[in-house]
Amino acid sequence: MKRGLLKIFSAVALLTALALIYIAWNERDSDPAGSSSSPTTNTADLQARGAYLARAGNCAGCHTAQGGPPYAGGRELPTPFGTFVTPNITADRSTGIGSWSAQDFWRALHHGKGRDGKLLYPAFPYTEYTRVSRADSDALFSYLQTIAPVAQVAAADRLQFPYNIRALLYVWRALYFKPGTYEPVANQTAEWNRGAYLVQGLGHCNACHSTRNALGAAGGAALGGGQVAGRSWYAPSLTARAEAGNGDVSVDEIVSLLSTGRSSKYAASGPMAEVIGQSLQHLSATDVRAMAVYLKSLPDTSTQAPAPAELTADATQRIAKGGQIYELHCKDCHGASGEGAANAYPPLAGNRSVTLPLALNTIRSVLDGGFAPSTIGNPRPYGMPPFAHVLSSDEVAQVVSYVRNSWGNRASLVNAIEVDRSGSD
Amino acid sequence: MSRLVRILLLLAAGANLSAQASPVSAADTIAERVKPCLACHAAEGRRSKDEYYPRLAGKPQGYLFNQMLNFRDGRRLNRAMSLLMQNLSDEYLQEIAGYFASLEPHYSAAKGQATEAPALIRIGDPARKIPACTACHGKELLGVAPSIPGLLGLPNDYVAAQMGAWRVDLRRATTPDCMGGIAKQLSDVEVNAVAQWLAVQPLLPGAHPAATLKEALPMKCGSVPTAVVTGSKP
Repeated sequence: MKRGLLKIFSAVALLTALALIYIAWNERDSDPAGSSSSPTTNTADLQARGAYLARAGNCAGCHTAQGGPPYAGGRELPTPFGTFVTPNITADRSTGIGSWSAQDFWRALHHGKGRDGKLLYPAFPYTEYTRVSRADSDALFSYLQTIAPVAQVAAADRLQFPYNIRALLYVWRALYFKPGTYEPVANQTAEWNRGAYLVQGLGHCNACHSTRNALGAAGGAALGGGQVAGRSWYAPSLTARAEAGNGDVSVDEIVSLLSTGRSSKYAASGPMAEVIGQSLQHLSATDVRAMAVYLKSLPDTSTQAPAPAELTADATQRIAKGGQIYELHCKDCHGASGEGAANAYPPLAGNRSVTLPLALNTIRSVLDGGFAPSTIGNPRPYGMPPFAHVLSSDEVAQVVSYVRNSWGNRASLVNAIEVDRSGSD
Repeated sequence: MSRLVRILLLLAAGANLSAQASPVSAADTIAERVKPCLACHAAEGRRSKDEYYPRLAGKPQGYLFNQMLNFRDGRRLNRAMSLLMQNLSDEYLQEIAGYFASLEPHYSAAKGQATEAPALIRIGDPARKIPACTACHGKELLGVAPSIPGLLGLPNDYVAAQMGAWRVDLRRATTPDCMGGIAKQLSDVEVNAVAQWLAVQPLLPGAHPAATLKEALPMKCGSVPTAVVTGSKP
């Protein structure tokens, strides 16, 4: 009996020791210095490049509170684990990163560690930024040091137990994070590699366009789509052609959507409108093209969709009611056959974004309406009115069900409970 | 498949076929572009006498622009407005503001008893250093270009709600927020009396904001250009 206990005890001790060794190994800064950028670089050039890269990474998007000074932090990021409040990254020496070195900044971006070595929560997408080169990291840092200092301490994160125990990040990182670099793929063009570097690194597309597991790690296939953490929006798969995979879309169309916020078939809304307005529209034509080329090349991951169930009489009736609502409120802009109006109102017939497995985005568009973002290429976007104050949840469900099942579209029906649950941010 | 379903599907298909004849197009105009606004605000006034939403037509351009910035940047809270303004540029918002400012309001006052104006309207309360409404919003209460709003043609509950929002900082303007300071001094009775009286005043055709104020503003307002404050033409 005693021997048995001893054996179990030893086994547990051994496993714990192994786990600790693994964690220690995982946490070593294998490449603490990186390869520092060329010392001959002109500072003004470096800062200009950094400003451009900050746009590409949309750093200001998270590190700016609504209406607040840029980069001074304070934006709240709701997640299933609690609310994160983004830190101040202006050049203020005491409340920002004014007293950091380029090395400190690299450690944050590449290793996910703060200046004092504390582990950063992956709400800061260092899981993607780790692929950013040392040279780009130095340029970014150089630019951020030029941001006028704002003395502003961010409020504390409000995380639930046990996520508020920072030490647990050792375990999380052992499971889900490995510092890496972008390794160019030899048999691909320079353009493709540039696109992949931007999409996988600074662009951090995967931060939204993937399913997050119960511990908040991007699981499943890269860019495979998922609900945006803490928000009622679905970031569609960028690989599955039934969603937003681009295998069948021309590079020009992808470029148009990413840089102007609209293409012949789509208008950006929700979080993607934000990303295009604040970040992508400012990228060079060559960089957006490179991203498009890379996205188009991703292999299709669509699974054979099960044959849609035959519509019940009840379902048909709900769809027909939705048709009446469509006639009254939607037809004038989107057309009686869902054909849309060129350059203004997206077609709904054959539009993949209204037949996504999760109907969230269509529901949100009906509830809140919205304008596509103002961009250099589309400065005066058309928009859609909100209907939250006009239609009941059940009516929204009916009209969305109608749109998802008309003119050749076929997708699951929506009920009022789904609509009620989509009302938050 | 039941017969009923078949018939319904056939009917739906038939409806589609007949409708395909007239494809929609969108005019390349600002009027077409502001259609989303009209779900709540009618183009030229209120949609009905009972609706909460304020008119946009004929309000000063600078005022409308400032409000859209306030919604976009979180100084005013209204879910629909904040979401709609979220990704629009300053230039575009100026254009939208200019469009609504250029429209002629068509408005019939809410029915109500014509009572005497509360003292706050034309006299204010010097003891509490509260200026008269007319001191800033113009003698006719039609506002002053470019950024002081007219107070006529607004629903009673809208005006009362704005006062309530100012009192608890749910509505703010750029500092110094003069109207916020005044609202915090008013009693419920005063707010209701002013809102009710304003709502029943007629807004006559051709009513436009004044081009200038005759006298200097009695207090500093962050959202009003300095030139207007001193009483000169902006």
